[in-house]
Amino acid sequence: MLVSLALLFGKLSLLAVGGINSTLPEIAREVVALRHWLTPQQFAQLFAISNAAPGPNMLISTMIGAREDGILGGIVASLAMILPAGVLVMLVDLFWERYRAARWRRVIQAALLPITAGLVLAAAGVLVRQADTGPLTGAVTLVCAALAWRSSLHPLWLLGGGALIGLVLL
Amino acid sequence: MADETFSKLTHKELFTGFFEAGVTGFGGVLPVARRMIVDKRKWMTQAQFNDLFSLCQFLPGANIVNFAFALGVRERGVSGAAVAILGLLGAPMGIVLVLGALYARYGAMPVARHALAGLAAAAAGLVVGTALKISAPVFARQTNIALAVCVCALVLFGHFSLHTTMALALPVSLFFAWKTE
Repeated sequence: MLVSLALLFGKLSLLAVGGINSTLPEIAREVVALRHWLTPQQFAQLFAISNAAPGPNMLISTMIGAREDGILGGIVASLAMILPAGVLVMLVDLFWERYRAARWRRVIQAALLPITAGLVLAAAGVLVRQADTGPLTGAVTLVCAALAWRSSLHPLWLLGGGALIGLVLL
Repeated sequence: MADETFSKLTHKELFTGFFEAGVTGFGGVLPVARRMIVDKRKWMTQAQFNDLFSLCQFLPGANIVNFAFALGVRERGVSGAAVAILGLLGAPMGIVLVLGALYARYGAMPVARHALAGLAAAAAGLVVGTALKISAPVFARQTNIALAVCVCALVLFGHFSLHTTMALALPVSLFFAWKTE
């Protein structure tokens, strides 16, 4: 199990263009659809908990790893998620200065933008599909999306409000 | 002045700085990390920060984790990177491990189930909002809209894997970017 966690998250680490949000659909595909480690609702809830906790959003990998193989599983999954990308960034940083203004660099950066946007939109779709099981949860998502998009309200207010509404009204 | 900015950070400074950013970074560490590094501790200027951060966005992985690796290794080599990462992730990982254990134990209770359903709906909304924020500037170009919609549809409705999607979309996207940049 530890090896399969390491391989899964190690692969995801190097595919995580544009950050963790853009790999959410792939994480969901692997752990929900292919491996059946979690139900769609459980995935949405683990993601929500890792979002409500302090720290970077790669903590979803810690939670999935820990669910599968205890504390050690959580640590292995997290290391696999950060190390390959981290080693890459440290190596590239050594000679990055030289290519800062290079055309190929701007081309790659520009090419990644629409792909990242598409992947994060897909992540939004996956989470909506998993989390919105009825009209009330749908309404919570809609209001939070509008507020997250248009206001500078702190995310913690939205998450807390959502939990409270679920507690009182569901 | 320049000397002051570039004087090497100690392992302890790297650890405590990233520790502070990690445990206070609710709903995203980037804003608090930027404030800590640029405004409070003055480890870098805003321009230096932007420069290194753009490398971290350019490469795969969690942006802020990449940033801790890169800054740590610049200042103190591999051991510097290790303490920066430990500072950033140690406490938050401990917290989610506890939360995960609580979830496994009490997550099925009706009270917890209802609160979690609301929480998950709100978190989904946050990602929808983030997706809209990211997409708006990118969609200034029509080819970008077409590419993003294709990528989204492949993943969401075609259930394509991430590497297949990348293999299909990246060459096309590189072609358009190469023509316009």
